[in-house]
Amino acid sequence: MAQILNGAQILLECLAKENVDCFFGYPGGVTLPLYDALYDHTVKHVLVRHEENAVFAAEGYARATGKVGVCCATSGPGATNLITGLVDSMMDSIPIVAITGQVSSHLIGSDAFQEADTFGITRPCTKHNYMVQRLEDLPRIIHEAFYIASTGRPGPVLVDIPKDIFQAKGEYKPVTTIHLPGYKVPTGGDAAQIRRAAEMIWQAERPLIYAGGGIIAANASSQLRELVDLAALPSVCTLMGLGALPADHPQYISMPGMHGSYTANMAITESDLLIALGVRFDDRVTGKLAAFAPNAKVIHVDIDPAEIAKNRTPDVPIVGDVKHVLEALTKVVAELKPALQPATAAPRAAWQGKLNGWMRQHPYDRPTSNTEIKPQHLMSEIDRLSAGEAIVTTDVGQHQMWSAQLIRFNEPRLWINSGGLGAMGFGLPSAIGAQFARPDKLVFAIVGDGGFQMSIPELATMVSYGLPIKIIVMNNGHLGMVRQWQELFYHNRLSQVKLDCFPDAEKLAAAYGFKGSTVSKPGDLAAALDVAIREPGPYLLNVMVTQFENVYPMVPAGAAISEMVLTPVAVA
Amino acid sequence: MQQVISVLVENQPGALLRVTGLLSARGYNIESLTVARTIDPELSRMTIVVDVEERLHVQVIKQMNKLVNVLQATEMSGETAVIREMILLHIRPSHHVRAAVLKEAEMFGARIVDSSTDGFALEVTGEPGTLEEFIGVMKSYSEIEVTRSGAIAVSLEARKLRLQPPVPTRTFVRTEIPVEEMDGVPNA
Repeated sequence: MAQILNGAQILLECLAKENVDCFFGYPGGVTLPLYDALYDHTVKHVLVRHEENAVFAAEGYARATGKVGVCCATSGPGATNLITGLVDSMMDSIPIVAITGQVSSHLIGSDAFQEADTFGITRPCTKHNYMVQRLEDLPRIIHEAFYIASTGRPGPVLVDIPKDIFQAKGEYKPVTTIHLPGYKVPTGGDAAQIRRAAEMIWQAERPLIYAGGGIIAANASSQLRELVDLAALPSVCTLMGLGALPADHPQYISMPGMHGSYTANMAITESDLLIALGVRFDDRVTGKLAAFAPNAKVIHVDIDPAEIAKNRTPDVPIVGDVKHVLEALTKVVAELKPALQPATAAPRAAWQGKLNGWMRQHPYDRPTSNTEIKPQHLMSEIDRLSAGEAIVTTDVGQHQMWSAQLIRFNEPRLWINSGGLGAMGFGLPSAIGAQFARPDKLVFAIVGDGGFQMSIPELATMVSYGLPIKIIVMNNGHLGMVRQWQELFYHNRLSQVKLDCFPDAEKLAAAYGFKGSTVSKPGDLAAALDVAIREPGPYLLNVMVTQFENVYPMVPAGAAISEMVLTPVAVA
Repeated sequence: MQQVISVLVENQPGALLRVTGLLSARGYNIESLTVARTIDPELSRMTIVVDVEERLHVQVIKQMNKLVNVLQATEMSGETAVIREMILLHIRPSHHVRAAVLKEAEMFGARIVDSSTDGFALEVTGEPGTLEEFIGVMKSYSEIEVTRSGAIAVSLEARKLRLQPPVPTRTFVRTEIPVEEMDGVPNA
C-alpha cells in the first residue's frame, strides 16, 4: 500500500521514522517545498536566526542526548553557513544529519541564483555526504545518513537535495534494510588483547585511566565506573570527557592538558600504565609528545582504528566500541583480581597517597578579591548552584577553561563545549539545543563577552520558544585567551583584543522581552546568580570580572605537560 | 618515500574526490593515480602512488579505510605485488639513428604503434624504474614526447583481495513515535 508523496513529504516521513522529535533550521528559496510540507507535519521545526546556529543547536541537542541532531538550510549561503558547525561536529565526533536544499537538477552547474557546490564544499567537513539525484534514492539516503552519523565513530552527514527532488511525486516505499559494503563498524575488541590489558592493569604500580569523549559517545560511563571501582584506578577525564566519571568520585582527579590540573598532568607523567579510553592523544592534552607519559606502557581502546598509533604507539591496541570492550575487560579484571591484586597492593596504595597529596597541595587556584569579581570566583559560585547536575555550555576561551576546571559534572552529557574546533559563538545556540533536549534541566550558557556578541541573534530564538536558559557572560572586556597569549608570548603587545563596547545587559534583554542585569561587585554576585536562577524564564547576567586574569596552570605550546606554569609570571 | 596503495571503491558520485581530497587534506602529494571499473561494474579499483614519509604509511591506509565508499585500501609493496606502468612515447630521431632507436626499443620490449618518416610512436610497459631508464635512453637520441599511465598494481597475496566479512547491513524495525515527544501539533 504505497503512498504517493512528494520528495519533501518523503523526507519528513523518513525523519519521523528516525524518531526525530525536533530539528533546527532556516528556510529559503529552494527549500520552499520542504517548508510547505512541514506546514502539515508534526515533526517539530525550530526556527533559528542564523544557519550556523542551526548546526550548533543540533549539536547541543545531540550532545545532551546522544541522539542524532538534525539541522536544515537552504542552498548557497544557507549551506555555506553550516560549515563551521559541520567541522565542529566532525572534530568532536557528534552525530549530526544536515539537510541542505540545492538548486533544481537542470540548473546545477549553471551558476544559478543561490547555487553553491555544497557536495564538494562539505566533503572534507563531514563523515560522509550525499547529493540526491533520483527521488527513489531519497529514503535510502536519509536512513543511511542517520546510520552513518550515529554508528562507529559518530560524525556529521550532509544530504544535499535539489528543489525538483523535493517537488517530484512518487511512491513512498519505506526502506527496511541498509547495505553499505564499505562501511565498517568495529564492536567488541580482540579477546587476547583484552586479557593482556587486564593483566597489565593488575601488574601496574602506578596505573592511570585517561578517559575522553569516546566514553560519552559510547554511553559507557557506568562501565567505566565499574572498572574504576573494581581496580581502584585513579582517573583523569579530558575536556571532551568531563562527566564520564562523576567529578565527586574518589578516584577522579581532574582534567589533564594545557590548562589541566597539576595532579592530572603529573599523574600522567609519573604513571607506569596509561589506560587510554576513547581519547585521541590530542595536542592540547599531550603537549610535547615525546615527554608525554614517558614511563608508561599504554593500553589504547578506540573505535576508530586510525586513532590507534596516530600520535602514540600503544603497547596494547584494542579497536572496538569502548562500552563492549570495558564490559569484557572488567570481567577479566575481576577474574584475575584474587591472583594478581596482592602483589601490587602496596605500591598502588602509595601511588594513590601521592596523588591525594598533590591534589591537596596543588588544587586549582580560586583567588577572590573584595573589589573585583575574579572569574574563578564566578565559576565557583556556578559550581555551588549546579552541584554537579546542571547542563553547562560554553564558548571558547578563558571562561571555557575556568568552567572546565572549576565546575563539577557528576553525569555525562552535562558539559557541552566546542572542544576540537574551538568555535566561538557556540555557547548560546548549543544551550538552545540542549534545553530542547532536556526541558527538565537547568541550563547555563557561560559565554565570554566576545563569543556572546557572535550569537546575540539567537536571543530571539530563545525567547520565542520560551527557553529558560541562564546566560552568564564572563565579561573581561577582552578576547581573554588571545590577550593572555599576547601578554605571555608577544611582549604584552595587546593587539585588537580589547572589546570596549558591550551592550547594557538589562536593556538588551528588555529589548528582546526578557530579564537581565549586570553585576560587578563580588559581594553582589551570589545574590545576582540567585535572581537569575529563580527567574522562571531566560536570564542574561553580565558579570564584570577582573580584566587581566590569566588561566593557570598553563603548559606553554611545545612544552612537556610536566613543565606547567602554575602561577602568574612577570611580563617578558 | 613512495607508497603504492590499491583501493577498491564503490562507483558512487564523488568517490574519486573523497580519496584524493583525503590525501591533499593531510598534505600528501599524489605522484600518480589510475582508476577503472572492476569485473563488478559497481566497483572501481584505484592505484595511487603517494609521496609520504614511511612512518605515516599505515596512517594513510587507515584513513582511506575510514571512507564510507572504500571497501578496502591496501598497501602494495614490491615483494608482495606486481607494479607496472605503461608509457606512450613519440620520438623523432634523425635518419642515421633510426635503426639504433629501434634496437634499443626492442631491448626494453617496446612495441611500435606508429611509424612514419617523422619518427615512431612506441608503447612500453614495465616497472616504473625501468621505464625511467627507457625514457633516459630515448632522450639521448632525440626530442621526445611522453605520456605515462601511472602505476597499476595487483597483489600476489590472495587474502589481500578478499573482503573482510561481515559486510554491515542494518535491518529496520519500524518504531511508533511516542506521542508526547512529538506533541502531535503540526508546525502551522
